[in-house]
Amino acid sequence: MLKVKVNNKEVQVEEGLTVLQACEKAGAEIPRFCYHEKLSIAGNCRMCLVEIEKSRKPVASCAMPVSEGMNIKTNTELVEKARKGVMEFLLVNHPLDCPVCDQGGECDLQDQSMFYGIDKTRYKENKRYVPEKYMGPLIKTHMTRCIHCTRCIRFATEIAGVEELGAIGRGEDMQITTYLEKTMESELSANVIDLCPVGALTSKPYVFEARPWELKKTESVDVMDAVGSNIRIDTYGWEVKRVLPKINEDINEEWISDKTRYACDGLKNQRLDTPFFKKNGKFEKIEWKDALDILKKKIDVTSPNKIAGFTGDLTNMETSYSAKELFGKVFKSPHLESRTKNNFIDIEKRQNYIFNSKIKGIDKSDLIILIGTNPRYEATMLNARIRKTYKKNKSKIYSFNNLGDLTYPYEILNNSTSEIKKIFENNHKISKEIVNAKYPIIILGHEILNLQSAKFIFEGFQSFLKDNNKINENWNSLNILNLNASSVGSYDLQVLSNNNDTLHKLKSNFFDVIFLFGQDDLIFNKKNEFVIYIGSHGDRGAEIADLILPGAAFTEQDGHYTNLDGELQMAFKASYPPGKAKEDWQIINSISQIMSEKNLFDNKKDLINSMISYLNSNKKNSFSSLFKKEFVDEKISVYPIDYYYSNVIARSSKTMMECRNLRKRVNKTGTEG
Amino acid sequence: MYDFIRALLIAIKEIFKSKKTINYPFEKGKISPRYRGEHALRRYPNGEERCIACKLCEAVCPAQAITIESKEREDGSRKTTRYDIDMLKCIYCGLCEESCPVDAIVQGPNFEFATETREELYYTKDKLLENGDRWESVLAANIKADSPHR
Repeated sequence: MLKVKVNNKEVQVEEGLTVLQACEKAGAEIPRFCYHEKLSIAGNCRMCLVEIEKSRKPVASCAMPVSEGMNIKTNTELVEKARKGVMEFLLVNHPLDCPVCDQGGECDLQDQSMFYGIDKTRYKENKRYVPEKYMGPLIKTHMTRCIHCTRCIRFATEIAGVEELGAIGRGEDMQITTYLEKTMESELSANVIDLCPVGALTSKPYVFEARPWELKKTESVDVMDAVGSNIRIDTYGWEVKRVLPKINEDINEEWISDKTRYACDGLKNQRLDTPFFKKNGKFEKIEWKDALDILKKKIDVTSPNKIAGFTGDLTNMETSYSAKELFGKVFKSPHLESRTKNNFIDIEKRQNYIFNSKIKGIDKSDLIILIGTNPRYEATMLNARIRKTYKKNKSKIYSFNNLGDLTYPYEILNNSTSEIKKIFENNHKISKEIVNAKYPIIILGHEILNLQSAKFIFEGFQSFLKDNNKINENWNSLNILNLNASSVGSYDLQVLSNNNDTLHKLKSNFFDVIFLFGQDDLIFNKKNEFVIYIGSHGDRGAEIADLILPGAAFTEQDGHYTNLDGELQMAFKASYPPGKAKEDWQIINSISQIMSEKNLFDNKKDLINSMISYLNSNKKNSFSSLFKKEFVDEKISVYPIDYYYSNVIARSSKTMMECRNLRKRVNKTGTEG
Repeated sequence: MYDFIRALLIAIKEIFKSKKTINYPFEKGKISPRYRGEHALRRYPNGEERCIACKLCEAVCPAQAITIESKEREDGSRKTTRYDIDMLKCIYCGLCEESCPVDAIVQGPNFEFATETREELYYTKDKLLENGDRWESVLAANIKADSPHR
């Protein structure tokens, strides 16, 4: 610890911090443009100048390490004058177009010029003009506004791992560009919009839509993947205008993926806003009462075990739980399922289906083995963590498949189950590395769990790691990477068919009535089944439905989600369901009301209390005994997931469609490297 | 007694002065260039609407009488898709005019816009632009006359 003085106040700071961080610890705020906690230090904006005793000139505090006994002053006349000078130079070439700039109201330059700007200009010469740059469908550029802080360049090279953004020219002729005027090939590209302290990089889909002060801000959780990034949803009336990241060091740090950020316009399109009934192959609008009557008539003549229910990839835990109660108490049917494939899952212990090392734990790992997963598309934020640890610890990374560019180098192993078997039988070169590694991480993707030898692999790994003390109280290196936001929550609530036969029976057209709770990814040949779709978007599920009950999207109801870490998080209601749509649990409640003349829950609070007590009671029966433990020599394949097209919201989003088209076309040219 | 005489003298003096009252609908009093009457949205001489949807007037309005929605126009410029003023909410404080960076929203000299129904006083963008077109010469003259003091 070092002792320093900040404005005559003594503070103790750790060694290796910068003067700026020390000042922050002492509570002295320092203006800055180029400095950012998560990026490397550039020291080129000069806004953070402070005075240090025994130094002849003001010092850029972001780039200066603290040393013992420093006497730092941040509020002297010299500092003020220096910062005013810097600000004047920054404003020399910055256009005065705040009224038309989308950054207006949340602009660092605007805010700081209120303190350090002077109201008159002494600059009589011509201002600089920089031609617009094309940066794809997500980022709108207005490079004349750029103040060359290079945050975007540093983000792209350090965190996103794509060296596609850079600066050309020097001094006044410096320009930030993607060199070839193309889209950034990264799923994190839109974070540069948040990073840009001025309005040079702004959001293209959100262009001129709203001002920050007129938006209602709701903190929520992302459902595009199982990571559960923390987000802030900005709404204007009913419309979700934009999604921004919320800092959570344990999960997404400060970033979110492009899909999280821009799929929100899918919440406006293809919405189901009234109940529909299919008559002669055509959907007709009907009233809620009629819809429930039709439902009752149908269920009354169906035997309980011929009713099946499937919860979807975006279903929150409240809906899953009330569906479970509906099937258990009202329909008395054992066929409620949250999976789409009969993949292996052992729900007896929680550590058998979550990401045990935690996303935060990736930071300290020194060995990462990816088996049957492509984290770049399946869990973008997790991939960014892996890149971070690769940059920091030079961790070794192995993959069983050639996954293309993951933004970090990795060694490819022979992709067969016999290779995995060799590892935990301790006669593979990696076995030794795992034993020697301090914090190894083994990530099993969902493709592994779909294999015939899934149970064999999982339990084999588990016992190998236990024997070598890699699964202990402090560190559990065996991880399952779930795909969907609802996966872990559904496993926690045990939304699985009792005998693991529901999906099999579905394929053989056993059921008469099928409930789809926002489930759009089931593949089966519909014959005489009566399909009821309860969900928010008119997509694949609604297309095959006979009766549609309009539900709410994740932004329109309070709901819990458990992320792949096993962290229970709440997505708050930011908007309300459109038209006659209702919150999902209300629909299920009214189905129960009409079937048994009894509500399942009195109100939402009752539902949540009941759900939480179920989670705490932890009464789970063994499920894994339904799977055979056998070894089959199989190939491990990772099917490329259609990143921009993976769920109903993304499929309804125009922005995602644009990104997808762009990506696909790029792939076709064969020049992507 | 002295007060009475004085009052009488004043009264007599006033008889010989010109009339203070005016015959209102036919005669009107003088109006200052800063008069804060009915709102109007102005255009540039080339016909382009001035308003750029910066929403400062909406933010500054103490009565929250202004509602603006904006979108990118086909040519890429920032323009409003909706500009409503609820003239019943408006307190005619003139802050909208003061906050406007492009002199788009102004309060003109017209004060005779009483209507028979409330609905007619919910002004839309079309109505405001029409007002602007109608009063443009006066509005421009007023702004010019006031400019040395701004």
